[in-house]
Amino acid sequence: MSVTSDIMQNEFDTTPFLKRLGAFDWVWALLVVAGSVIAHQFYSSLMDGYEVGILYGTAAGLIWLGWGWKPMRGFSLAVALLSLAAIGLYGTELARGETSFFLKFLISSQSAIMWMSALYVMATAAYFFELAIGSKFSGKVGSAMTWSATVMGSVGLMVRWRESYLLGADIGHIPVSNLYEVFVLFAVMTALLYLTYERRYDNRAMGAFVLTVISAAVGFILWYTFDREAHHIQPLVPALQSYWMKIHVPANFVGYGAFALSAMLGVAYLLIDRNPTGMMAKRLPSTEVLDDIMYKAIALGFAFFTVATVLGAMWAAEAWGGYWSWDPKETWALIVWLNYAAWLHLRLTKGWRGRPLAWWAIVGLFVTLFAFVGVNMFLSGLHSYGTL
Amino acid sequence: NTPAIIKDMRHFRLGVQEKSLRAFHYKDEWQAPGSAGSLAETLGKRLQLRGYQVRHKQHDGYRIVAAMRGGTGRLGYILSHAAIVVICIGGLLDGNLPLKLAEIRGELKIETRDVPVSEIPAASTLGADNSSFRGSVNIPEGSRADFVFLGMRDGYLLQKLPFTVALEDFRIEHYPSGMPKSFESDLLIIDPELDEPLRKTIAVNHPWVYKGYAIYQASFSDGGSTMQLQAWSLDKPSNEPLQIEGVVNGSNRLNTPRGEYALEIIDFKPFNVFPAGDGSGKQFQNYGPSVIFKLRAANGEAREYVNYQVPLMVEERPFLLSGMRATPAEEYRFIHIPLDADGGIKRFMRFLAMASDMERVTEVTKQQAGSELAMQPDDPMYQDFVKSMAGLVRLFIEQGIDAVVELAEENVPEEKRNEAISSYIKVVQGVLGTLYVEMLREEGVDVSGGIDEAQALYFDDALNAFSLIGPYGSPMYLRLQEYEHVEATGLQITRAPGQSVVYLGCVMLMAGVFFMFYLHHRRLWLRIEEHEGESRVLFAAATHRERSDFDREFDKLKGDLRHNSNAVLSRI
Ligand code: HEM
Repeated sequence: MSVTSDIMQNEFDTTPFLKRLGAFDWVWALLVVAGSVIAHQFYSSLMDGYEVGILYGTAAGLIWLGWGWKPMRGFSLAVALLSLAAIGLYGTELARGETSFFLKFLISSQSAIMWMSALYVMATAAYFFELAIGSKFSGKVGSAMTWSATVMGSVGLMVRWRESYLLGADIGHIPVSNLYEVFVLFAVMTALLYLTYERRYDNRAMGAFVLTVISAAVGFILWYTFDREAHHIQPLVPALQSYWMKIHVPANFVGYGAFALSAMLGVAYLLIDRNPTGMMAKRLPSTEVLDDIMYKAIALGFAFFTVATVLGAMWAAEAWGGYWSWDPKETWALIVWLNYAAWLHLRLTKGWRGRPLAWWAIVGLFVTLFAFVGVNMFLSGLHSYGTL
Repeated sequence: NTPAIIKDMRHFRLGVQEKSLRAFHYKDEWQAPGSAGSLAETLGKRLQLRGYQVRHKQHDGYRIVAAMRGGTGRLGYILSHAAIVVICIGGLLDGNLPLKLAEIRGELKIETRDVPVSEIPAASTLGADNSSFRGSVNIPEGSRADFVFLGMRDGYLLQKLPFTVALEDFRIEHYPSGMPKSFESDLLIIDPELDEPLRKTIAVNHPWVYKGYAIYQASFSDGGSTMQLQAWSLDKPSNEPLQIEGVVNGSNRLNTPRGEYALEIIDFKPFNVFPAGDGSGKQFQNYGPSVIFKLRAANGEAREYVNYQVPLMVEERPFLLSGMRATPAEEYRFIHIPLDADGGIKRFMRFLAMASDMERVTEVTKQQAGSELAMQPDDPMYQDFVKSMAGLVRLFIEQGIDAVVELAEENVPEEKRNEAISSYIKVVQGVLGTLYVEMLREEGVDVSGGIDEAQALYFDDALNAFSLIGPYGSPMYLRLQEYEHVEATGLQITRAPGQSVVYLGCVMLMAGVFFMFYLHHRRLWLRIEEHEGESRVLFAAATHRERSDFDREFDKLKGDLRHNSNAVLSRI
């Protein structure tokens, strides 16, 4: 172990966690609390007890996340400010979306999602540029664009939430109810997960790989918007009118996002593995680190996917009359779950590492992809909210 | 091996041997001033500050400080794996294994016939003691049921309930697009064990759980709406219409010139909303009530029809719509029947009667042969000509425009076909036009100065309708008149004793998975041996798996411990 002796002689920081927080941490937490209380006051007539619980639970989760992962603070403030601006500009009239300059070109949900799309694609290019020629600057530009895209995507979802209520009080709902909306969620979620790893491992070359899958999602969103006109806000069928949606769907997409990320790092791993002295190997983290991130992402995704499936079952017990009906989506969610359970077992109990698991993570993405869109395309069931 | 793991989790292994510590991957060693006792004290405190549990033991000539953290991580492993077993047991409790077995033993027979509940044999009936099932039943407003149907492959079983469910009222709301927004049922449970019936409203996502039976709002359907239908014969359009009392899911016998038909009313819809306007998906039009029925001929063949009650305006003229299809897989083909000025279809029927009256048609063709072609009755072609013209009109009325086109395809070479078709159509239009003018005269309209545009349009509309009567394939047109809408709620009633077991398993699984991934079990040891006022510290660690995170942790730990023991001698 080649650790320099000054590191070796350092004491670890024993100040308790709360004392280590800075002023901005507290101001930010206060803003989150205040925002939640205000939202609660404002919209209490639209929420039932569970939803109030979810609101404060989310606030607590956000504070915890922001304290642990500092960029979350600025990110959430940016999203909040832009979303509030859009809500303010809309007032009570959806038609303002056509007349207000800022709404029309920037922060109506459609425009925000278009910005998100463009920025993700440009970020992908920037990251590839870094990977190819090693320009740190280009990597930073990629990072900045990924952050901006993620802000815009989140703003798009928040504003769409508001727009749905402007369409009609009985039409309003959180925008995670069909394939179009959850694809945006998928892009945003995958990007956020990626950004945490980018910072923690201080390596931007990975972005080229992860942003590729996000760009693919963006491609789908664009096709779905322009070819299928699937971007219109649709009212909810009665089965979806439930607080469960607010937790079931996001939990699923932490899972999907993490699985996608690990698959793309699997690709990176295999490329380095094949050519250990090439430029990829020079710019990307070592295979050990990639292997480790892959494991971490899959563990995280698996944990959330487990929760999401359990929540889905509990919802199904309320909406469809039984916690498990072998609906195609249920069956495929189980297949995805078993697939990653097997992956984790091989790694943790059999000590597998590296190449076979990288391949497996890539295969896992295809299994996930089938569960996500394949099921809607080829199998019909209760759980199809968005046709292809 | 479960208890062993738990025991191990609590065991600090204070008796560890120097040899084993040296065999660990993570180890460090240094020399520090001070006694073993005070060093152990200081360093143990540091580890506690870092979140470790710490134990000390004085051995013969050296001290061991053992510490660990994240023991629950091991528990996670047990929890999550036991959870799978628990979930499977719960699932098995709710599975229909007993039913399958009973079926194999021949004690149960799946009912495949569509018969009243009272006629379902005991072999297809399950008693109220069945502990787990998932069935459904439709209850019309004002009715009750003490059973559900369990769908089984191609048939069903009747499941008895220990109580009766009655539907007092059913309510449904719609979005502007006609899509259901919410629906709910006011239910009553009548149980011999209750002094009074229980009352509750259920809706989608809001079931009612009573004595372990969960009652869900699953769907809705027609509960036997009644209606009056006016049947206009298309074979004998001059007949007065018949009055038919119909009921959804009921069947009426109809005697027609084509033989006996069964009228099976399938469904009634109080409104029908379709997209309208620019196709932006924001504008809708309500086409009003409709009835869907089948007409089954004596040979068993049936076609499906949908008839709308309210006239539809097309280019500002009102039409009655009726759609026909031979199989449910097809799209409806619509016939538009033009309305009379008074909102009836008497005139349409009168015109149709004239057009189907071969004597009158022949009369007109004779006139036309004389006036337009200047043919004499003794012309050798005359009879043939009159006959074929009349035949063409008859073909058009009885089999429709398609048959006229087919006739041309069969008899005329391809290059002249289009020409032939248009001349055929001209003949039909000519003959029917003459009849139309005659009808107008009979109605007392002055046609000496030609006919006005409205009359002309009516003629075109009527001809369009005539051209589809053949393919329409029905001996009559049924006009929907009065109706009384009765709704039925679709309930799903389940009994799932395994559910709480499954949920317990789920909670264990979620907790287990998080413990497993996020609480890493790790052990540390300090072996401190005092030697002439100085101590030698051997620091070693073991972790269960993921090394890369622990690499950093270990570096931090040893940095801190060295610092706090004023280490003098460097690492191993
Ligand atoms: C055991 C039961 C369930 C499982 C395993 C399950 C699984 C999933 C999965 C894997 C997704 C991710 C997106 C996708 O693949 O499409 C998802 C999304 C979603 N789920 Fe479920 N689900 C269950 C029950 C339910 C129930 C009962 C409802 C509502 C009645 C529901 C509503 C939704 C919605 C609205 C989405 C987002 C839209 C979409 O992706 O189609 N789910 N669920």
